[in-house]
Amino acid sequence: MAEAHPVGFQYVVEAKKRGAKVIHIDPRFTRTSALAHSYVPVRAGADIAFLGGIINYILSNEKDFREYVVAYTNAAMLVSEDFKDTEDLNGLFSGYDPEINAYDQSSWQYAGQQDEGQSRGQAHVDRETASGLEQESHGPPIPADVPRDLTLQDPRCVYQVLKRHYARYTPEVVERLCGVPQDKFLEVCEAWTANSGRERTTALVYSVGWTQHSVGVQYIRTGAIIQLLLGNMGRPGGGVMALRGHASIQGSTDIPTLFNLLPGYLPMPHHSQHETFDQWIDAIRHPEQKGFWANAKSFAVSLLKAYWGDAATEDNDFGYGWMPRLTGDHGIYQQVLDMIDGKIKGYFLLGQNPAVGSAHGRAQRLGMANLDWLVVRDLFMIESATFWKDGPEVATGEIVAEQCKTEVFFMPAANHAEKEGTFTQTQRMLQWREKAVEPPQDCRSELWFFYHLGRIIRERLADSKLERDQGVLNLAWNYPLHGKRGDEPSGEDVLFEINGYEVATHKPLSSFTEMKADGSTAGGCWIYTGVFKDGVNQAARRKPRTEQDWVAREWGWAWPADRRTLYNRASADPEGKPWSERKKYVWWDEEAGEWTGYDVPDFEKTKPPSYRPDKDATGVAAISGDDAFIMQGDGKGWLYAPSGLIDGPMPTHYEPVESTVRNPLYEQQANPTRKVYDRSDNLTNPSPPERHAEVYPYVFSTSRLTEHHTAGGMSRQLAYLSELQPEMFVEVSPELARERGLQHLGWAHIVTARAAIEAKVLVTDRLTPLRIEDRIVHQIWMPYHWGNEGLVTGDSANDLIGITLDPNVLIQESKVGTCDIQPGRRPTGKHLLDYVQSYRDRAELRPDHQAPLVTTEVEEEG
Amino acid sequence: MGVRTWIEGWPVYRQLTGTDPLGRGAAAQSQRSRTLTARTETADRVAKSVCPYCAVGCGQRIFVKDEKVIQIEGDPDSPISKGRLCPKGSASKSLVTSDRRQQKVLYRRPYATDWEELDLDTAMDMIADRVLAAREQTWEDKDEDGRPLNRTLGISSLGGATLDNEENYLIKKLFTAIGAIQIENQARI
Repeated sequence: MAEAHPVGFQYVVEAKKRGAKVIHIDPRFTRTSALAHSYVPVRAGADIAFLGGIINYILSNEKDFREYVVAYTNAAMLVSEDFKDTEDLNGLFSGYDPEINAYDQSSWQYAGQQDEGQSRGQAHVDRETASGLEQESHGPPIPADVPRDLTLQDPRCVYQVLKRHYARYTPEVVERLCGVPQDKFLEVCEAWTANSGRERTTALVYSVGWTQHSVGVQYIRTGAIIQLLLGNMGRPGGGVMALRGHASIQGSTDIPTLFNLLPGYLPMPHHSQHETFDQWIDAIRHPEQKGFWANAKSFAVSLLKAYWGDAATEDNDFGYGWMPRLTGDHGIYQQVLDMIDGKIKGYFLLGQNPAVGSAHGRAQRLGMANLDWLVVRDLFMIESATFWKDGPEVATGEIVAEQCKTEVFFMPAANHAEKEGTFTQTQRMLQWREKAVEPPQDCRSELWFFYHLGRIIRERLADSKLERDQGVLNLAWNYPLHGKRGDEPSGEDVLFEINGYEVATHKPLSSFTEMKADGSTAGGCWIYTGVFKDGVNQAARRKPRTEQDWVAREWGWAWPADRRTLYNRASADPEGKPWSERKKYVWWDEEAGEWTGYDVPDFEKTKPPSYRPDKDATGVAAISGDDAFIMQGDGKGWLYAPSGLIDGPMPTHYEPVESTVRNPLYEQQANPTRKVYDRSDNLTNPSPPERHAEVYPYVFSTSRLTEHHTAGGMSRQLAYLSELQPEMFVEVSPELARERGLQHLGWAHIVTARAAIEAKVLVTDRLTPLRIEDRIVHQIWMPYHWGNEGLVTGDSANDLIGITLDPNVLIQESKVGTCDIQPGRRPTGKHLLDYVQSYRDRAELRPDHQAPLVTTEVEEEG
Repeated sequence: MGVRTWIEGWPVYRQLTGTDPLGRGAAAQSQRSRTLTARTETADRVAKSVCPYCAVGCGQRIFVKDEKVIQIEGDPDSPISKGRLCPKGSASKSLVTSDRRQQKVLYRRPYATDWEELDLDTAMDMIADRVLAAREQTWEDKDEDGRPLNRTLGISSLGGATLDNEENYLIKKLFTAIGAIQIENQARI
């Protein structure tokens, strides 16, 4: 946190000064570790074992916050008798189908609801479309009426199922798997549990390297389970805090430039699941559903009205017929492989530099070299625009400019000072930026570029009678133009459309509860409704922090409904009283008959804690007065996820796809549902029990430096930052340096099945060799900022990484892999390819090699 | 210069008698620095902005003079950052003003070995033509069972996390309307 989000880290330091204990768990000692009370080095890729050990500690010592757990989590719910755990099936849950590597999830359901689960075919489609992402604003559907045992004694209740699942994650196992001595591990357990409860809360902070694993979603689930068991969710000082890495990466997920989502986490239509408008709507809202998501039709219809304006009517299903349809995985990695195979004609890059910033850089660049055209919009000349001129494959002879057909347009972009608009930062807060100056020369904003691209396309098609063109021609695209050149759409006009308005009066909506399903309201992103409440740009609010309380509600605007802490109903007990005076945040005011407090209550304002729904109530009316998690289908925080996850209802330790260690807990080595692309240009290093794992004997991870940003396009071009961190380097422990003969400040090169790259060596005890099982595991660390453009250049760490994805969200495993490291520089030219091939030969990685999804023991030869 | 002025000119005297006992401010100020004016004080205007790097969302004040950005500083009013910026945020003025910035449209023809310049309007027309051609060549009306597809798999787009919400909104709206579904950004990393 101190490295990649240093200004946010000031609050950790402040908390420390006020007596908070700070623990840092990381494979590498960083600036964060330097300021922590306790630093715990761990093996990369063993996080579920570590956190699962903490769950085991909590449950076996009954350290959970029992009143909170019973009232606000699904601990009491009974799980189907058919459910079988990984503890019973050696690393697989019940329902696994080895033919499609997906689960039939029926047996994971709550008791009596086995028919509600996803079929195996459904799970397969969900993986292809990364449907887990739809749950960023709400839980997956489940029927609300579930049998429960409030004593938590029934062996089928979630509490007991969870306890059995983690029973083997003992301090001894944590030590063997993670390399953390038992006393150090127990220190973490004791500190976390002692600092949680009525009077105290603990925050869990992660950075999004946590998402870059083949079990990334389950890592975060494990953290969430701990925080729910300890009563740390929805309360001040608690939470699971994701530190994201781009100025508006939260915004570009909420208003997604993502293939599988529409604004506000509505699903992109799928050709077979959502053939008709009604199928799409019912798939979103689930008519019997409990909670706010039952109103999803109003959100969906309002979006279509914002897209197609007057042309969207009840008679034409509000234009649903114009929506394009998914058939499967259209994610960026599938696209890159399709580019290599010549299936994609044109590619826009909008402030992203995949030649350096994405896994498997070589595949990224070879894909770009096989397009008809590429449009790069950026501030500086980046590697993704010059792959044909001086990229690594030009050096190896794989790309020759005279033979590369890709037509490239470099379109200079306006930067943050040269346009107005909102960023959504990592805690869902929108902040409006004023425009300081006009962009120079040909530099333009994306607002300008896409407005005018749309305008020109619409002019070209104006006379078309083709059905396919009607969606473009009917698009609501008449944005008034402003600015010094008189050709720039107004950011506030677009934000107003996103907020939503009454169609007849053009009056802005103040809350998504005002959205209608009959076409009388339009709104581009329901979770952002309220950002233009009362016709005022709420994101532009800038009341100085010194003039308001610590929640600072008059600065910017947070979705949903300006709530700064989600699920803050849980900061009060079931009766609506604060759990403690120290931790009071939102509570029920009996006299006024409403919820009140420091924050906007994340609950219906006048629904009393004593409210109980009628038996057949649905939607918001079915939310009980003590159902704190109002976007969940059952109003509860989920310790156990009966649906919504592809790879299991509870996190289970699997080894990374590339590991030097045989999974000590189960026969199953790695996530059996991970998304793989088995191709000769995407080989995976062998891992136990496959033979030849010793060819790539070390573990590596990558992350950021304070002084650089992602692929370097915004930092390696700047003189100050380049001077502060001038060179690509690799950190190794003194022990590994001795083992491989690496010299401090000398050169080394790192090799995987994909590539070999070189870097300067930094020998440092910031990296600790770990004892795992009966051997020492060495870990190597590299920054991933370098490429061949800019003031400072170097090899790119992402070239080392292959493409294997988490099944829930299709994000790659790029924070752990295996490699070799050798002293000296790497070979150059064609020799580099031969060198990488020589490793593959030794590892017997033939072009058709596939890492087995379901693990079977391999007999040792001889 | 009188004796009194001479004595009062001593930093240690000022430190002992003035409001700056630690000698880190006014007491240590030289004659020259007393006559200097910070460029932030003579700016024509200040834009309230937000740092463009990570997702913490630190407040920035952008100082403008003669239609040029002359300084970017942390916004002390911000409850997020309290006026602080990290090395990247502190360097963001050069992100705006660097002479390394690419300000002209560049074009690389198929099989060419170098860039050439291109007029912005011409480039926009050429890109629109190519989008329409790719769409035409790869359009899919229906799947094999006759269900609607309404789409092209011939066009991809990547990026959005460094852009504004309003921009992401227009990007997704336009691409959806023309049937391009392969739209992705840094959130998939």
